[in-house]
Amino acid sequence: MSAGDFSFSGLGHAYLPEQWIFRNYRGEVSRGQVLSLLGPNGSGKTTLLKILLGALKPAEGTVMVHGQVAFVPQLFQVAFDYSAMDMVLMGRAKKVGLFSQPSKEDEEAALCALEKVGMADMAQRPFHEMSGGQRQLIIFARALVAEADILILDEPTSALDLKNQNTILQWMDRLARKEHLTIIFSTHHPHHAYAVADRALLMLGGSNYEAGPAEAVLTESNLASLYDLPFKHISYEYQSQAIETLVPILRPKSDVCSASGAA
Amino acid sequence: MNDFEQNQIALKAQSSAWRLRLENLRGLLLSLREYGLRHEWFAPTALTIFLLGTICFSVCIGTYPMPIWKAGNILARLSFPWPLPDDLPWPVKELTVVQVIRFPRVLLAALVGLGLGISGTALQGLMRNPLVGPDLVGVSSGAAMGGVLAVMLNWSPVSVMALAFVGGLLSMGATFTLARIAKSSDGIGLILSGIFVGGFCISAVGMGIFLADDGQLNTIIFWLLGNLNHADRGTVWLVAVPTLLGGSILMLLRWRLNLLSLGNDDAFAIGINVRILRLGIIAVVSLIVAAQVSAAGIIGWVGLVIPHWARMLVGPDHRKLLPVSALLGGLFVLLIDDFTRVVLRANVPIGVLTTLIGTPFICFMFWKKQTKGWIGD
Repeated sequence: MSAGDFSFSGLGHAYLPEQWIFRNYRGEVSRGQVLSLLGPNGSGKTTLLKILLGALKPAEGTVMVHGQVAFVPQLFQVAFDYSAMDMVLMGRAKKVGLFSQPSKEDEEAALCALEKVGMADMAQRPFHEMSGGQRQLIIFARALVAEADILILDEPTSALDLKNQNTILQWMDRLARKEHLTIIFSTHHPHHAYAVADRALLMLGGSNYEAGPAEAVLTESNLASLYDLPFKHISYEYQSQAIETLVPILRPKSDVCSASGAA
Repeated sequence: MNDFEQNQIALKAQSSAWRLRLENLRGLLLSLREYGLRHEWFAPTALTIFLLGTICFSVCIGTYPMPIWKAGNILARLSFPWPLPDDLPWPVKELTVVQVIRFPRVLLAALVGLGLGISGTALQGLMRNPLVGPDLVGVSSGAAMGGVLAVMLNWSPVSVMALAFVGGLLSMGATFTLARIAKSSDGIGLILSGIFVGGFCISAVGMGIFLADDGQLNTIIFWLLGNLNHADRGTVWLVAVPTLLGGSILMLLRWRLNLLSLGNDDAFAIGINVRILRLGIIAVVSLIVAAQVSAAGIIGWVGLVIPHWARMLVGPDHRKLLPVSALLGGLFVLLIDDFTRVVLRANVPIGVLTTLIGTPFICFMFWKKQTKGWIGD
C-alpha cells in the first residue's frame, strides 16, 4: 500500500436503528486514480463522503486511508470577505501550531498552490467576488497547499455553468494524472464520471451497489436501474478524437402527455 | 441683487465649503484605510499611539483640569514601587484626583472597551455571524442577576462584583450544559441556549427590581445601565487580569478564528478540532465579559459594533482584526466616558450612550445587509 491508496469494506450507516442508508459497501482506489460516487438524491452520497473523510463514524465497517485527506466542499459562501490568499492559506491548518500564526513559508506554499491552479494573479481578490469556477479552483488550491494525498470532493460541478464544469473536470484530471493525487468525488452527472473517473461506485440503496472500473460499472443498464431512466451510450468523433459518453434520455413532454392521457 | 439673494448666495457658498471639507475628510479617511489595508503595521500602531495618548489626555481633563506634564509626573512617580515621601511636590488634591479618581476610571474604561471589542470579534468569527455580541451567550444577563441578588442582600460593592462574576460564569455553564443536553453544541444551538438562559436571568433581574426598596432600586438601575463611577484599584485588577489573560489567549488563537469562521464541516475538513476550540474560545470570552459586567454593569452594543468598524479598517482577517478591535474598543469606551465627564458633566450611564450610538449604526448595517450582504462590510 502506498500513500494515496484508499479502501473501505463492510461499510454501512444508519441514522435510525435498522434503517440502513447503505450497507456492506466495499471499494478501493489507488494513488493517482479517480473514484466517482453516483446515486440518486437520498442515497447517502454525502453521508458516505463524510465517513470517508472521517467526519462521521460509520455504524459498521472499516475505512483504510493511506496518506492525508483534504476536502473540497460544494460551492459555499464565506461569512466574511476573505481574500483568495487567506482562503488558500487556511489549508495549512495542520502544519501550523495551535497558538502559532502562518509563517512566510506557509504563505509561499499558498502562493505556489495558487500558481498551480493558474490563479496567482488573483491572490488578493476577495473570494466572494469570484465566479463559481474560480472559487472552486481556490478551494482546490487550498487542498493542494495541505499537501494532501487524497482529495474528496462533494458534487464539485453541481452549481457551475458548462464552461466552469469543464474547467473543474480538467483540473481533477490534471491533479490525478500529473500530481498523482487520489480523487474521490460525488456527482449527479454520469457523463462527468465517464469523462474522468477510473473507478465508479453506484449507490443503488441498502446493500445494493455496483463498484469497479468505470467502463465496467457505468453501463446503460446499471445507470437505468440507478436513476430509473433510460441511458444511451454514444460514440462520436470530435477533432479527430474518438469520444464516448453516456446521456440520459429525457422526454419530459411525452411523459406529460402520457401522464395526462392516463389521467 | 437684494439682501435675500445675497444671503442665499452666501448660504450656498457656505454649504459647498462644508461639503468640500467633508469630501476632503472622507478622502483622507479612505486614503488612511487604503494605507492601513496595504501596511499591516499601520492600523495597530496608530491606534496604540492614539489610545495611549487618549489615556494621558483623559487623566488631565475633567472638572479639575491639570496640565499633562503634571499628570504625567504624578503617574510616573506612582508607578515606582516604593512609598511616596511625606513632602509631596504636588498638592494632595491633585494626587487624589489622579491616583484615586481619574486614573482607575480611565484604565477601567480602556480595559472594558478592550475586552468587549476583542470578545465581540472573536464571537462573531466563531459563530460566522456579524450580528452576535458577547451578551448573546447569556453571560451579561447572568452577571446582572448575580449583581442584583447581591444588592438585594445589601452586600458590599465588592461582594456585588464577586456575585456578578459568579453569576456570569454560572450562566455560561448553564448555557453550555443546555446546549450539550440538547445535543446542539454548534453555533446556533449555543446562541439559542444563551438566549434561553439569558431570558431566565433577565426575569430574575426584573423580579429583583420589583421587590427592591428605593435605595436598592437606584443602585440596581444605575449598575444595570453600565457605569464606571465605582472604579478603583480593586475594580481595575478584577477586570485587568481576566481581560489581559483572556485577550492574550484569543490573540494567540486569532488565525484559528479564520478557520472556525468557515463552519463546522469545512473547519473539520482542513484539520482542526472544532468542538474543543470553540468551547475554549467561548469560555475565554465569557470570562472576560463576566469580569466586565461585574465591574461596570451592562455596557451594550460595544462588542457588536466595534468588530464592524475594525473590519472596515483592516478587513476580515482575524490576524489583523483582533488587535485592532481590542484597541478600537478601548478607545471608543474611553472617549464616550470622557464625553460624559467633560461635555455632559453628568453621570449619564455609559451603557445608555454606547447603545444610543451603536443601535443606529447596526440599523444602517442591517439595511446594507439587505442590499449588499454582510460580507460587503
